[in-house]
Amino acid sequence: MIGVGKIKQYTNVLDKPLSKGKQEVSLSAFAFLFSELVQYNQTQVDNIAELERRLEDAGYSVGARVLELLCHRDKGNRRETRLLGILSFVHSTVWKVLFGKVADSLEKGTEHEDEYMISEKELLVNRFISIPKDMGTFNCGAFVAGIVRGVLDSAGFPAVVTAHFVPMEGQQRPRTTILIKFAEEVLQREARLG
Amino acid sequence: MAAIYSLYIINKSGGLIFYKDYGSSGRMDTNDSLRVASLWHSMHAISQQLSPVAGCLGIELLEADTFDLHCFQSLTGTKFFVVSEPGTPHMDGLLKVIYELYTDYVLKNPFYEMEMPIRCELFDINLTQAIQKDRVALLGR
Repeated sequence: MIGVGKIKQYTNVLDKPLSKGKQEVSLSAFAFLFSELVQYNQTQVDNIAELERRLEDAGYSVGARVLELLCHRDKGNRRETRLLGILSFVHSTVWKVLFGKVADSLEKGTEHEDEYMISEKELLVNRFISIPKDMGTFNCGAFVAGIVRGVLDSAGFPAVVTAHFVPMEGQQRPRTTILIKFAEEVLQREARLG
Repeated sequence: MAAIYSLYIINKSGGLIFYKDYGSSGRMDTNDSLRVASLWHSMHAISQQLSPVAGCLGIELLEADTFDLHCFQSLTGTKFFVVSEPGTPHMDGLLKVIYELYTDYVLKNPFYEMEMPIRCELFDINLTQAIQKDRVALLGR
């Protein structure tokens, strides 16, 4: 047969190796698409909280898929089962695949035991976005918060995830902090596992 | 001495959507800047019609005794123009940089409405930086 031997033939599609998936996409193309996503959702809502929720929902489905893909591709079909493990997975592996870099910082909340924060000096989705004054504290990082919630929830760590602007001293622009507040059951389970 | 006096951006129907003053003397009031912008829009359109050269895209540079006016028109009809000190070089380069900033920080901003006045914080910040850089480059000559 012609062509046999040139490309290895896989009889079973499941034996085929997964593509590396390291391709970069155009930042402009993404920025325009994201801008349209925000604009479309804006026409569907009548208040800012609702807009934030819709963006988060859009991110949630991305997160759920990203977890599935990365566990299969990078972790040999295993996923993190411990709190710190999954957090560093989000902070490094997920961030690297989505934004091409590790997140700037991962911290534990000082006031509450169940809170963690991932901070970015300049979140990729916010690179070209200026929030009008009348929208108050609205942050398009809600989309990224949704991705994080999607990953955590699908991995069995239900949490409430929100995005906030935090003003920085000596900096013109505030940074974005993704605040993760885990559900009670997660912490109880962590305590049991020791 | 500032090399750039002012910057205007006008939409395709001649409305002023952005105006910034860099000169130290004689600020223009809002009505005057709107008038100058729409006047320039019409002159630019007329120049295209009157030009003896086929396929003319309108005035690019207007030289007067006290100022130079450099104009750049994007493919979509948005016009950018700076009024500067006579003989200031690299103004077309600066206009391209400003156009780039406009496409990045204005057009990719979901909260900007097309053809409306520009109120984007990031655009202002980056514009100030670009003008500053230009000024430093001029002083360094």
